[in-house]
Amino acid sequence: MPSDLQQEAARKAQGAEAAVRMEGVEKYYDAFHALKHIDLEVKSGERIVICGPSGSGKSTLIRCINCLEEIQSGRILVYGRDLTSGSSAVEAIRREVGMVFQQFNLFPHMTVLENCTLAPRRVRGVSREEAEAAARRYLERVRIPEQAEKYPAQLSGGQQQRVAIARALCMKPRIMLFDEPTSALDPEMVQEVLDTMIDLAEGGMTMLCVTHEMGFARKVADRVVFMDEGEIVEIAPPTEFFTRPQHKRTRKFLGQIGIQQQGFSE
Amino acid sequence: MIRPFGFNEFLFILTAVQWTIALSAIAFCGGGLGGLAIALARTSSLKLLRLVTTGYIRLFQGTPLLMQLFLVYFGANIFGLPLNAWIAALLALSLHASAFLGEIWRGCIQAVAPGQNEAATALALNYRDRMRYVILPQAARIAVAPTVGFLVQLIKGTSLASIIGFMELTRSGQIINNATFEPFKVFGVVALIYFSLCWPLSLLARRLERHFARSTAK
Repeated sequence: MPSDLQQEAARKAQGAEAAVRMEGVEKYYDAFHALKHIDLEVKSGERIVICGPSGSGKSTLIRCINCLEEIQSGRILVYGRDLTSGSSAVEAIRREVGMVFQQFNLFPHMTVLENCTLAPRRVRGVSREEAEAAARRYLERVRIPEQAEKYPAQLSGGQQQRVAIARALCMKPRIMLFDEPTSALDPEMVQEVLDTMIDLAEGGMTMLCVTHEMGFARKVADRVVFMDEGEIVEIAPPTEFFTRPQHKRTRKFLGQIGIQQQGFSE
Repeated sequence: MIRPFGFNEFLFILTAVQWTIALSAIAFCGGGLGGLAIALARTSSLKLLRLVTTGYIRLFQGTPLLMQLFLVYFGANIFGLPLNAWIAALLALSLHASAFLGEIWRGCIQAVAPGQNEAATALALNYRDRMRYVILPQAARIAVAPTVGFLVQLIKGTSLASIIGFMELTRSGQIINNATFEPFKVFGVVALIYFSLCWPLSLLARRLERHFARSTAK
């Protein structure tokens, strides 16, 4: 049962259509200018890593894509559909865009299985049996099928975040947004979440990840976006980004997080 | 004719407790429905709804319950809607309870971590489903103890309905006192009956509070 968005995408599927297109996006929090004229195009199947110092607007940027944050001007199109065109577009886009949060945000009063089946049942109208079968498949994929009947508080941080990924996947999204998915985890749990994300990337999912995990960026990103003070400073493939950053601000940031570049000359 | 305060007099007062309980229970239910609507309006994204309900809450929190009873009872009469004491007391107490419960529950809704609403929104759940399945079940756990606490206030508040002539526990005490002239004994008994209604509820509220504090600490 393909949705409007999927049909629309199928019609234009000649490779030209962007999964996400941001045009001149401006975002303010009162007087604070959080996003300054953002232009960004993400192709279907592309993996984007967004990095930058804290407060640079990277979380705000991805939160605009599913309209958790309102923008003040500019346009955001998701598979050709304009997010700023009204609430029905927002609803339709949210069905196609999954999101994983820094703090997991699992529903604590529901079991893992209930967390995973709520949205498919209520939003997509899937039957309980079907939703549960799908949920178990995705829990299997994130390698925690045995935790289905437990409550989130009974799981480790890494397990909770993998449940959160499974929960988002249960809506069968075409785009996944990750907002610092490993930042709240104990160090020994980071890798299991990254592995899940790598698996997802290898499966062809369109992904936008805000993360400080530069190893992940090197390994899976098609392009790395560097942001600072609400602007996109630089966009480059990872090899180029890490070895030959063009901008001074990028070099400074990479230096601060302990990555040495070649060809660094001032 | 003055008569002594005996077992029959005690029984007369005790049977009036049913009206105190009925008044409290119905006002609590009415106030609960209204309170839920007010709590949702107070946390709504529509500014007008928030402003109107904030005014409503301020109004009821800033005036004595007795005045609210008077205004409903006498006000309805002025506007040609003669209410009997029963209806007037129920209406006034329900409005009163809706304002207080609305404010208590607003706090409970806002105490649910904002990430919960964001996650539900990101999953494309609409407002109704977000409230019904995600926010309200969590807010309800926080709300149980203060809500029972307010119920105790409400039970004690029903005693004011005696002033507009509603026949409940306090009113029956006044009647017996007029016949026996033993105010200390009579109102001592009345107070004890209120206490035996409210004390177990207070205990329950405290236990629930501890229970939920422990379960959220996990």
